[in-house]
Amino acid sequence: MSLDRRRWLTAAGATLGSLWLAGCDRLAANSTFNGVLKVAEQWTKGAQRAVTDRKALAKEFTAADLSKDFKANGTMRPQDPEYLALLATNFASYRLEIGGLVEHPLSLSLAEVRATPSRTQITRHDCVEGWSSIGKWKGARLSALLDRAKLKPQARYIVFHCADTLDPSATDGTGRYYESIDLIDAYHPQTILAYQMNDATLPVRHGAPLRLRVERQLGYKQAKYVMRIEAVASLDGIGRGSGGFWPDRGYEWYAGI
Amino acid sequence: MADKPAKVLIRRHSGVTRLTHWLNVLALSLLLMSGLQIFNAHPALYWGAKSTFDQPWVSMKKEEIDGEPRGITTVGGMRFDTTGVLGWSGPEGAREQRGFPSWATAPSYRSLADGRRWHFFFAWLFVVNGLAYWLWSLGRGHIQRDLLPARDQLSPRHILHEIVTHARFQFPKGEEARRYNVIQKLTYLAVIAVLLPLMVLTGLSMSPGFNATAPGLVDVFGGRQSARTIHFLSASAIVLFVVVHLVLVVASGFWNNIRSMITGRYAIDVEGDRA
Repeated sequence: MSLDRRRWLTAAGATLGSLWLAGCDRLAANSTFNGVLKVAEQWTKGAQRAVTDRKALAKEFTAADLSKDFKANGTMRPQDPEYLALLATNFASYRLEIGGLVEHPLSLSLAEVRATPSRTQITRHDCVEGWSSIGKWKGARLSALLDRAKLKPQARYIVFHCADTLDPSATDGTGRYYESIDLIDAYHPQTILAYQMNDATLPVRHGAPLRLRVERQLGYKQAKYVMRIEAVASLDGIGRGSGGFWPDRGYEWYAGI
Repeated sequence: MADKPAKVLIRRHSGVTRLTHWLNVLALSLLLMSGLQIFNAHPALYWGAKSTFDQPWVSMKKEEIDGEPRGITTVGGMRFDTTGVLGWSGPEGAREQRGFPSWATAPSYRSLADGRRWHFFFAWLFVVNGLAYWLWSLGRGHIQRDLLPARDQLSPRHILHEIVTHARFQFPKGEEARRYNVIQKLTYLAVIAVLLPLMVLTGLSMSPGFNATAPGLVDVFGGRQSARTIHFLSASAIVLFVVVHLVLVVASGFWNNIRSMITGRYAIDVEGDRA
């Protein structure tokens, strides 16, 4: 190959390359293209729902598999005054509120939550960033709590309101962490509100006093510092309307992949 | 015979092959770039089910060395200074800690959410396109006729001959150029039957939802972090294939190859006495 030709090909390649990169970023800012991507997100969710048995259990591991270095992410120690006040009394005055579209709103102490039928499971926690850690969780079955509160027929989602402000820059009040799941996942046997991790009281960095475990979904669905559970018919009007702190910021609401 | 070799245009690639080829180029390019974006959210790789954070087998990060930030990549026990490309890159003065540099990722700026959305979108295109290719190619006999090596191509002597001539950048001419050579056939088969399906299977194995549906699959790969590693290695093998493929496309007659993948027509020299 002649030098000229090689130079020509290199120049053509470099030009195409930079056009391609600029094109990618312009597409990322284009609302039509984002609409198309959103459609694919619905296919992804639909495909997962279609192939996954609703009751299929996430794999459970053994004590030998436990991570010695289970990573904590998101808020490590909430600075919100209400939370700090609860922490100062070791959650003696903590109440888990269960309300919204329920027949019997509940306000439970930690002792009452611990007295609820429980489940213990050793599962793999998969962060959206790509890493995994294996931990042992013991917690109250969410299904038992919801049965006690008795959902109204209009209820379609369960929202978890948390104590931590993860984005203090959000001045519209949407910086507070929250998450939501549908009733299939809410009534899944492995969905629990964990108060123990690796046989010890749940540490603050992992979400004390209560953290949601909704196995079969990614880490950001496992809401920490859960204060209030609300049954709703629609996710509109909560946070920025996408059903969770990270879904409000572009992540998938259904985080099965 | 003194006849000059005659150029003959043969039909080399069917419309379906050409269309799926170019859609695959688009899908794989964006899958790679959005994949590197996702990788950058945690630029380290592990083996097994879980991450062992202090013992990744691959990692890319920024380290302060003599008060100066450097990009350090580790592979196995080895350390490499990859400043400017891996771990610590960007224009002078505006460098940032990131696994792969911005020119390699889609979008160029850091956004795991966008990277994931792009990745899953192009994964759909890739899977639908790949299935269409496989169904059509099996149904019409393309795989059997054009990609499975013929008996005469499988003799050790022939394979050795092909390796030697390839290494010298000499390519089959005349009648022999009507079909793919044996190295080409085996490489294409390895890509379409092994590497590309492996990308889908290891990708699915990273889904906690899919794991619950088909727990056996992630175990075949040795756990979720192994699946992530194999996803990365398989993607690297595809990149290597594409580099070699492009070099050979240029070396074995750039315009003729490009024309055949666009119009389907491929020119071969047919000598008078053999025509």
